[in-house]
Amino acid sequence: MSKFDSPAGINPLDQEKVLARPHARKEGPLKVTGQATYAYEYSADPDLQGTTYGYLVGAGVARGQVTSVDCSVAEAMPGVLLVLTHENMPAQGASDTPVPQEDDATPQMRSAEVDYYHQAVAFVVAETFEQARAAAGALVIEYDNRTAEGDYVLAEVMEDAEKAGSDEESKDQQVGDFAGAFRRADVQLDVTYTTPYQSHAMLEPHASLAVWDEAGEELTLYTSNQMVHWVHRGISKTLNVPQKNIRIVSRYIGGGFGSKLMFYGDAVLSAVAARTLGRPVKCALTRPQIFNHTSHRPATVQRIRFGADGDGRIHAIGHDSYSGNLPGGSAETASHQTKLLYAGENRLVRQRLSELHLPPGGSMRAPGEAVGMLALECAVDELAEKLEMDPIELRVLNDIGYDPEKGPERPFSSRRLADCLRRGAEEFGWEQRSAQPGERRDGEWLIGLGVASAFRGNLVKPSSATLRLEKGGKITVETQMTDIGTGSYTILGQTAAEMLGLTLDDVEVRLGDSEFPKSSGSGGSWGANSAGTGVYYAAEELRKKIAKAAGYDPKKAVFKDGEVWEDNKCTLLGVVAAKAPEPLEATVNATFGDLNKQYAQASFGAHFCEVGVHRVTGEIRVRRMLSVAAAGRIFNPVTARSQCLGGMTMGVGAALMEELHVDGELGLFINHDMAEYHVPVHADIPDLDVIFLEELDDKSSPLKGKGVGELGICGVGAAVANAIYNASGVRIRDYPLTVDKILAGWASRSGSQGR
Amino acid sequence: MTHTTSHGSTDLQLPRSVRVELTVNGQPKQLELDPRVSLLDALREHLHLTGTKKGCDHGQCGACTVLVGGKRLNSCLSLAVMHDGDEVTTIESLGTPDDLHPMQAAFVECDGFQCGYCTPGQIMSALGTLDELERGIPSHVTADLNTVEYSDDEVRERMSGNICRCAAYPNIVRAVRSVHEGGQE
Ligand code: FES
Ligand code: FES
Repeated sequence: MSKFDSPAGINPLDQEKVLARPHARKEGPLKVTGQATYAYEYSADPDLQGTTYGYLVGAGVARGQVTSVDCSVAEAMPGVLLVLTHENMPAQGASDTPVPQEDDATPQMRSAEVDYYHQAVAFVVAETFEQARAAAGALVIEYDNRTAEGDYVLAEVMEDAEKAGSDEESKDQQVGDFAGAFRRADVQLDVTYTTPYQSHAMLEPHASLAVWDEAGEELTLYTSNQMVHWVHRGISKTLNVPQKNIRIVSRYIGGGFGSKLMFYGDAVLSAVAARTLGRPVKCALTRPQIFNHTSHRPATVQRIRFGADGDGRIHAIGHDSYSGNLPGGSAETASHQTKLLYAGENRLVRQRLSELHLPPGGSMRAPGEAVGMLALECAVDELAEKLEMDPIELRVLNDIGYDPEKGPERPFSSRRLADCLRRGAEEFGWEQRSAQPGERRDGEWLIGLGVASAFRGNLVKPSSATLRLEKGGKITVETQMTDIGTGSYTILGQTAAEMLGLTLDDVEVRLGDSEFPKSSGSGGSWGANSAGTGVYYAAEELRKKIAKAAGYDPKKAVFKDGEVWEDNKCTLLGVVAAKAPEPLEATVNATFGDLNKQYAQASFGAHFCEVGVHRVTGEIRVRRMLSVAAAGRIFNPVTARSQCLGGMTMGVGAALMEELHVDGELGLFINHDMAEYHVPVHADIPDLDVIFLEELDDKSSPLKGKGVGELGICGVGAAVANAIYNASGVRIRDYPLTVDKILAGWASRSGSQGR
Repeated sequence: MTHTTSHGSTDLQLPRSVRVELTVNGQPKQLELDPRVSLLDALREHLHLTGTKKGCDHGQCGACTVLVGGKRLNSCLSLAVMHDGDEVTTIESLGTPDDLHPMQAAFVECDGFQCGYCTPGQIMSALGTLDELERGIPSHVTADLNTVEYSDDEVRERMSGNICRCAAYPNIVRAVRSVHEGGQE
């Protein structure tokens, strides 16, 4: 075990011969030829050609009880092999909440109770997909329907909200005398923003393929999941099967964004059915099931208060966030970043949670910040306008190098917010902005510029890896880590190559399999740094073994160009491998000490956006965007840039179109498909620019990087919203910013000046 | 209150299987298919050509894009039996990891994907798009219907049915442009 508990010194990664250089994705050729195998596709393997098809049936009511399921017609239909309902499910592990929890049991159809719409109530297995689907439709399910007893509208229940919890993210921040300082402030701002429910809408549906051995004792579960060790333990607890008898395989994942942190009916019910039938079973959730059966990003109501002096110094800062979830679910911690982002000696930051009976809320790309920054960064823009200050100057003035609650004793490990803002202003042409809305035009279009800060807390998790020197002198890396499009295959290969003096082509990276050592998995932007640290320490260990095997002093050994050196002697790694009596390999579990307690750690950035708002129709077009990011060492500028493009685009979606609509009578998300839940498409997104500032964060990890996968989405929607205000003069505090709200804003203004 | 759900008709008198002949990537294929099988599932589940992806099964995402008779088609929205005698071209026909088609190579080079799930559909759609431009077929953003020319906006417009939630859009457009420019030399 190796622990990262003091700042990283100079290490072999600082050579940056392979790491921190642009490399195309290692698995790219497989993906562009259609040869990367996703979970549902393993049945093409000749051994698995008898695979049967499972079809999940979701509850038709939001609350109540299944009183009867008539399977008689379905069971008599051609090809039908099995119908599972709560009545014939085997015993499962229990969970005290319907909201899936990390590595805990997540039972399906454990009783007749229905906790939310499209919770599983039946599972039909047939020889073909078409037969299973038809039989699912032929089930007659009766409910005692108690939907009317549930609460589905946040605004109706927030008054009774309770504290969200006592963990770091959820707990209150109270510093100084917020109420007094706010009251006395020269300039006050008190605004409330709302953000809607959102869906991950990753392109690959949740899918699983379950295969048991003949005795029905050992399970292999191919499943599309971001967190191999969570699903491994969770499935074990759900099915009451020892973990050592379960293998999880998740090599390629068609997008996650948080939707595949947990596991759902496809995984559990395929496994149960396959064991019952003694045949492989696979199931992909249908697209319309995903929106209600699985998780979503909860909606928020956020009240933000600033008290500033005439020069723009913030003395009081308040941010209250309200959200809801099923009993046992957690809050959307939208005010969390406000504890750290700006100065102010009087602070009041709170998260409140209400009970709602919609489907389970979960984590979606940058939970907390992604929607918290939508509100906070628009409020800053509003404050700047009140102060008649440039919004960049206001942010820079209130920049702070340490945790504003703990004081200078807890400095940021690194923080280049002001540099990001200034560099972006220069590159983007911020001076073209007119402070007065509606002043710039291009034909029929009103043109506006907007800016926002970007902030995402830096997280790290324990992670282990095995590195092996193969006979030919190449290296194999094995870890449970996943690649959800983030670039793990590539950057872990780069890390190993750099440590051992090889090229990226000399390293084979194998991921997403529970046979490999446990890793951090992919979530919360912790993946690259954490899994990379596992590879780093395993490589350190392997370097020692190789040096010893070559007869060199491990302390003096240098690895370069495929050779190990001591002074002027050297040996090819292939020769060391050939001579070694036993294979040279090292498995190390990397853990992290309390550097993230000693230092506040976060990635920073600045987003810039130019929009056009059509002066007659109110149509909004994003014309240009730039994000400047400072996120420590950028392990691979190609994949990191792509992560930012993805975040920026999802931020445009949040600003302009993404919204799950609640049907308050039926208690469900009613626009549950991709035609009605709108996400940005090609025509919505112009060419986007990303700039990374140079930075090394030696308190974050031996790799000296920080999370970048979510930074791109944090704040970007607010930059879009601020640009829309600058163009149109309409300040919309209710996301998404759709045309109807622009038109209503214009209509409500006395006379329609300015356009 | 009692609430009953039942979604399907149960007494369908469908033929159990229908003979379908497809030419897939140049090879004749004879299949006995349930008439309810989509062209997408015929490819994925019956011919085991899993390169073509299923993102929605409802014609809403473009992951299943293939060429039928040289034209782009969402294969999930079409039943296999409707294509008896048709020529179908899928991602598998283009190149292999060691010998990529220029469009595949451009996607790798430009990082025109992340998770890779929309990618085969994007690539097939890109080939269809360039071909449509070549044949002078106008789109919503074509200013002059008599001169249909390549532009990035034409690509964005024509490929808007191919959703990429990872949002590699700028990189995809760059990849398509580079293939277009390569073809002009
Ligand atoms: S799978 Fe055919 S369009 Fe989505
Ligand atoms: S690469 Fe993931 S959806 Fe396009």
